[in-house]
Amino acid sequence: MLQMALWRIAQFPLILAVIYLLTFTLAWVAPGNPFANEKNMDPTVIANLEKRFHARSAGEFLWHYPKNIVLHGDFGPSMQYREWSVNDIIFASLPVSVALGIFAVAIATFVGVGVGTLAAVKRGGFLDWTSLSIALIGISLPSFVTAALLLMFAAKTKIVPAGGWGSVSSAILPAIALSLLPMAYIVRLTRVSMLDVLGSDFVRTARAKGLSRSIVVWKHCLRNAFLPVLSYLGPAAAFAMTGSFVVEKVFNIPGLGQHFVNSVLNRDRTLILGVVLVYSVFLLTFNLLVDIAYAWVDPRIDVTARKE
Amino acid sequence: MTTAATDTLSATEGEILRVAPREDLFSRAMRSGRVVWGGGIILVIALASVLTLFFTLNESSALYYDRQNAELARVAPKAWPPQAWYGYDNLGRSIFARCLLGGTISMGVGTAAATISVVLGVIVGLIAGYRGGWIDSVLMRSVDVLYGLPYILLVILFKIAFERPLNELFGNAQAANLVVLFSAIGLVSWLTMARVVRGQVLSIRSMPYIEACRSMGLPQGRIFTRHVLPNLIGPITVYATLTVPSAILQESFLSFLGVGINPPLPSWGSLAAEGVGQLSPIRFYWWMLIFPCMLLVVTLLSLNYMGDGLRDIFDPKREAAKL
Repeated sequence: MLQMALWRIAQFPLILAVIYLLTFTLAWVAPGNPFANEKNMDPTVIANLEKRFHARSAGEFLWHYPKNIVLHGDFGPSMQYREWSVNDIIFASLPVSVALGIFAVAIATFVGVGVGTLAAVKRGGFLDWTSLSIALIGISLPSFVTAALLLMFAAKTKIVPAGGWGSVSSAILPAIALSLLPMAYIVRLTRVSMLDVLGSDFVRTARAKGLSRSIVVWKHCLRNAFLPVLSYLGPAAAFAMTGSFVVEKVFNIPGLGQHFVNSVLNRDRTLILGVVLVYSVFLLTFNLLVDIAYAWVDPRIDVTARKE
Repeated sequence: MTTAATDTLSATEGEILRVAPREDLFSRAMRSGRVVWGGGIILVIALASVLTLFFTLNESSALYYDRQNAELARVAPKAWPPQAWYGYDNLGRSIFARCLLGGTISMGVGTAAATISVVLGVIVGLIAGYRGGWIDSVLMRSVDVLYGLPYILLVILFKIAFERPLNELFGNAQAANLVVLFSAIGLVSWLTMARVVRGQVLSIRSMPYIEACRSMGLPQGRIFTRHVLPNLIGPITVYATLTVPSAILQESFLSFLGVGINPPLPSWGSLAAEGVGQLSPIRFYWWMLIFPCMLLVVTLLSLNYMGDGLRDIFDPKREAAKL
């Protein structure tokens, strides 16, 4: 397993290089100059700015940017917000988005696994049908619709704060809005795999030996049924990070989402690249952790075996 | 899958009894309640949107999408005239008309994007599954890498990069906007289809009957068109039906963020964004938000429902995540 982890980590630079090149090409092909957005600037001022950002030509930027990152850990200054460096911007807003994402995925997992298990255990019952309907609605409801409805609800009833960031309670509604889609998938996954596991021989043996239903389901079956959910957590994290843009916009949360979109609209190339690279590193690390956890949870899985 | 399952029992000479009905795909699909209901609702909404195009795009019609009227700003829905059914927005435009045109645009962009991603995914999946070897590894590895990219960002970048060149090419800003939008969405959505097609091609290729064809001397092209392709149509149809709602969802996300359809052209996502934008604790113009959201949800729900029904018919033993 250590070998697999090291092999995957060794692939990071290659994947990041591909991502960097792709984003760089798109960002530089996009017409528009970040320095010429405001009023007519003196050509010498523009030349100085370009010199500072190593942006005299695309080639120069292509080389200097990763060199800066690898040698100094510096993502460069932001082209749009001139007094701020990209490091400052990202590290100020990243924890917010990450916290929101983790909260949302946690809600989705706990509630989803619970509902899915109950639906599988009481199969064909009312709960089963409700859970499938919820799952279908969760996939079809865009997160901004849910977020807007929750915002209305919060504004009318004033139970929880409707926006902003600062306390735990202000994270509840956005996390719920963000968690509905992963929750829908997790409910379906858990239900199907739980149904598979409940038909196994060892369950029959355990019940025959006298173990109570609750212990059999929650202690023994759940561990086996959880595996597909675990491998879904990778894409779920990806969704939580991208889906947070909309939720952050609706609830006015100072996360990374606003910078994602605004940087592209402002042609702020350093910020675009910084955000994309940070995001990709996060995603790759999370996928790797999920794969490691997957191999660790189920000792029968042999990750060193080559897939077909 | 497309072979007729007609069972004929000859009771007496010359008398043939049909025991089992002919099972062709369409009749099987029509028997599934999910397909009928889901497809029916979609058909109603799509027909309503497309058939009223004559009115919504016609500047002299009452249902013109951009008919601004300051006196009618933010007026609540009324039972008559028809353009007041959904109320009016900030500029006095009929939300009903805008929802109809928005429906055409959202569903049109979603379908076009899904078509691009289906074509791309099928081609890549076929090549990877059929050729195998290093081509397969390279293609699948790139699919894995692309899965990890933030697609929204790529869509936005792509749109910004190519919108102006396309504008100069077409001469029409709105057409350029639509084309670049569905191309961008299509280009990032083909990954799942590629994986599904590749898996299906691999499993078909290992079937005994393909080996029998080869040993009989059937040329590769013939094997492909007569045996492999008909068996691919089922899964492709299913995943194409499931790609359309995800494409519509992505378009609505982008329009909500302001980087999708350019105003004044409406789309359900941008209408929802306008509705959210005027939320305030003082006065809530619910019709500006509820109607576009409701239409969006009903459409997506029906499409997903129909896709689920089709998937149960064509691929009941699927191993690819039973989502």
